[in-house]
Amino acid sequence: MIELENVAMSYGGGELLSDISLRLAPGSFHFLTGPSGAGKTTFLKLCYGALLPSAGQVQLFGTDLRQMGRDDIALARRKIGVVHQDVQFLDHLSVAENVALPLAVSGRDTLDQEVNLRELLGWVGLKARADALPPQLSGGERQRAALARAVIMSPEVILADEPTGNIDWEMSQRLLQLLVELNRMGKTIMVATHDLNLIRAAKGQVQARVLRISNRRLHLAGADL
Amino acid sequence: MKRPDLAQLTRFFTGDPQADRMVPPTGYTARLTLFSAAAMAFLAVFALALALATGRMAVRWGDELARTATLRISAPTDQIAAQTAAALRVLSQTPGVATARALGPDEQRALLAPWFGPDLPLEALPIPQLIEIVETRAGFDAQGLRLRLSAEVPGAVLDDHSRWRKPLVHAANSLRLLGGVAIVLIFGTMAAMITLAANAALAANAQVIAVLRLVGARDGYIAQAFVRRFTLRAISGAFVGSVLGGLAVALLPAAQDEGGFLTGLGFQGLGWLWLLVIPPLAGAVAFGATQFAARTTLKELP
Ligand SMILES: Nc1ncnc2c1ncn2[C@@H]1O[C@H](COP(=O)(O)OP(=O)(O)O)[C@@H](O)[C@H]1O
Ligand SMILES: [Mg+2]
Repeated sequence: MIELENVAMSYGGGELLSDISLRLAPGSFHFLTGPSGAGKTTFLKLCYGALLPSAGQVQLFGTDLRQMGRDDIALARRKIGVVHQDVQFLDHLSVAENVALPLAVSGRDTLDQEVNLRELLGWVGLKARADALPPQLSGGERQRAALARAVIMSPEVILADEPTGNIDWEMSQRLLQLLVELNRMGKTIMVATHDLNLIRAAKGQVQARVLRISNRRLHLAGADL
Repeated sequence: MKRPDLAQLTRFFTGDPQADRMVPPTGYTARLTLFSAAAMAFLAVFALALALATGRMAVRWGDELARTATLRISAPTDQIAAQTAAALRVLSQTPGVATARALGPDEQRALLAPWFGPDLPLEALPIPQLIEIVETRAGFDAQGLRLRLSAEVPGAVLDDHSRWRKPLVHAANSLRLLGGVAIVLIFGTMAAMITLAANAALAANAQVIAVLRLVGARDGYIAQAFVRRFTLRAISGAFVGSVLGGLAVALLPAAQDEGGFLTGLGFQGLGWLWLLVIPPLAGAVAFGATQFAARTTLKELP
């Protein structure tokens, strides 16, 4: 579904990422780790077509990213749920409407999905906050709302960038729990995080592979975390 | 470009209430756009009135006056009759002359009455004889006719009215052109204003646009939320402006013979229908300007 082949990326200066090849197998669970500034966010952006690689090939669902127009990328994003590092919402719409946003922009009738939406909000524990505005949410609530928004289209892949970035340990656990549940439902998951404790906590619950970016390259980390 | 069908057009105006809510309403740019569209439409009404009135004038002067000419025969009294007969003969042989008729004494007296009073003893004065010429559509060759007349009728002077008709027609055409240029400039300015307003709205909503893009909205969907708003604002603003402009033109003094040139400004009959063109035209301008601004902005985003 997402495939990188000898990908290199630079923002104009030296190369930030070099010679990266990866094929996301359906149903897999990956952690992506590395020190801050290593290029985790950059890597994820390559995976959902927000950036073009400076060398090599990225394929989204079998199509070369370079061959895809802006509309093709928009359509591909409906099949990739993304939880961004800096979660942003439409601050003038309610949490429920924000979560349903991907349905609205893809022209699906949100009324049809009403039940689905309530269920989803219940699942992330935001039922009581459905009518709140995003600026009124706490950090953990924002992250969960973002996750709900990322999965409402039932995407095949979910990419989460530091989803536990600035929330407490207990909330991180809960979020991880949600991601693990999604993986059990067959979704492909990739979580970028610099929090090794989170990765350790996941070990017991899910068969996760850990990728590490160091020296511009992607390494498969051993079990020695 | 693909041709929008009726259903598409209807959808554009009825709108997608969901899509409309994506972009928060902006009272400030909305009011500015409404005001600019109204002001520009108001001005467009006058430019249009000017263009139409001068167009009518040019046609009237060009058409009616071009059809007639006058031949004046000044000669000693005893030769007038002979020269008049000779002139009529020449005219009857000239291609392009439909009719030529010597004015009778009563008619000549009527023409002179405004200056000399009705009791003019015409017979006692050396008054030139006037011959009224009506041209065919093709018209005659005034230069050739003058040459022939100078040989056969020495006392004849041909006045084909072109001396004073031409500059008037020229002036009317220039004014009409000016009206046209003004209309183009007005709508160009409207396009510039709406582009600026749309860019301001796009910049103010950068986060909204980024979020929509990230959750899989196509450029067309995002653009439409802006395009629809600005188009509807321009149409409603221009509607108010054209109604006010139309009222103002209607309240101008009516055309009078004495005022002629100045008081003819306005719309006549079906000419009023031109006012209906202004709001849709403003809408089309706003549509184009916003579409362009939105597409340009969106192209820069990931
Ligand atoms: N748009 C950009 N333009 C230039 N440099 C960038 C841009 N985005 C990120 N970088 C740089 O690339 C490096 C990696 O950033 P990032 O991918 O965000 O790392 P991480 O997510 O691992 O912390 C950083 O040094 C950052 O300054
Ligand atoms: Mg990052």
